Amino acid sequence: MSTTTIPAGTKWWAGGKSPFNASYGKVMMWYFLMSDAFTFGAFLISYGTIRFSVNHWADPNQVFNAFPFAGHANLPLAFVSLMTFILIFSSVTMVLAVHEGHKMNRKGVEKYMILTIIGGIAFLACQAWEWTHMITGDHKVLVDGVIEEWGTTVTKNPWGVPVPPETLTQMGLSATEHVNTPGPIAFGGYFFGITGFHGFHVLSGVVINIIMYIKTKLGHFDQRGHYEMIEKAGLYWHFVDLVWVFVFLCFYLV
Amino acid sequence: MSANTTSPEVTFQPEHTGGTKRIWKIFWVLSALTIVELGLGYFLYGMGNSIGYMTIISTKIVIGLLTLAKAYYIVSVFMHLGDEVRNLIMTIVVPLILFVWFIIAFLADGESWKKLRNTNAGSIPDVTEKVAPAAVNPGDKK
Repeated sequence: MSTTTIPAGTKWWAGGKSPFNASYGKVMMWYFLMSDAFTFGAFLISYGTIRFSVNHWADPNQVFNAFPFAGHANLPLAFVSLMTFILIFSSVTMVLAVHEGHKMNRKGVEKYMILTIIGGIAFLACQAWEWTHMITGDHKVLVDGVIEEWGTTVTKNPWGVPVPPETLTQMGLSATEHVNTPGPIAFGGYFFGITGFHGFHVLSGVVINIIMYIKTKLGHFDQRGHYEMIEKAGLYWHFVDLVWVFVFLCFYLV
Repeated sequence: MSANTTSPEVTFQPEHTGGTKRIWKIFWVLSALTIVELGLGYFLYGMGNSIGYMTIISTKIVIGLLTLAKAYYIVSVFMHLGDEVRNLIMTIVVPLILFVWFIIAFLADGESWKKLRNTNAGSIPDVTEKVAPAAVNPGDKK
């Protein structure tokens, strides 16, 4: 798609037409995405503030090193990369669905919408596994002189400053054990809050995509004469992918 | 290519030229950018404590710039903002410039809090080594 060749001197604000050469619905979707971008941006930047304000923060390569069915293998970044590729791929299928819509090819739109929905569900499944793994984890934490086993939740953060080996041997434990002190409690709140808010957007996106698929199959867009609703749903879906790119950056990569 | 009409408020119908080639090309670009980011991430993980603070910061900044590049491609090509009228593009991009100020201000704030905490609001010298607790008996306060 190329930029439309619009004659110079077009009076955009004279009334009677859209000043952006785009339908009301599309412009409003963009405005909504702007507001959502600022919401997510605020969450992520406040996360950055808190992370900068403490002396020790969890090392993401230690916290997020699990992979489904791989037991206790140390695979930092592997699972979250899979999730990133799933979302990127579902974004591609969404663009292809929009593209098919421009050609008024109903079968094509149906095919690519199904693939996009499957991608979204796969991502949600991965996120569910990640959450379960985090919450049910058993990490040794030294609390008031006692070793407890903690998962990572909104009230417990087992990823604080590691206990030095000398202290461990003094307590009668092996010096190679991984025992931490409790970390900043904000970690769980931010992790589950932001990935949860994003996951909720993915869920609502999947629901919207399913509705779009059903409407396509019922021929509503053929009747209407255009598939612009698919395009608007596509904008939302790409936004969800975009937010994930930044969540991936802030939580897992840096 | 298409005879469909959108709503009547759209004056100039978009020309949907170009096939799926461009879409797949951008998919590969995004994948390549992601792989480079992951490579740098692994570099940071592998080198751990043996690289200097400045190297870590610069690597993280490079990763951040790569993410911005990904964001550009997704918004411009996948969301078709690059094909829209210039005024609409500006409506979206210009307010997002505020994020530059937003990020700098709030990360600086975070640093300032850390300093204030460490120095007890400037009254004691900064002790930022991570001090782990000495061996304690059960029942002692941490």
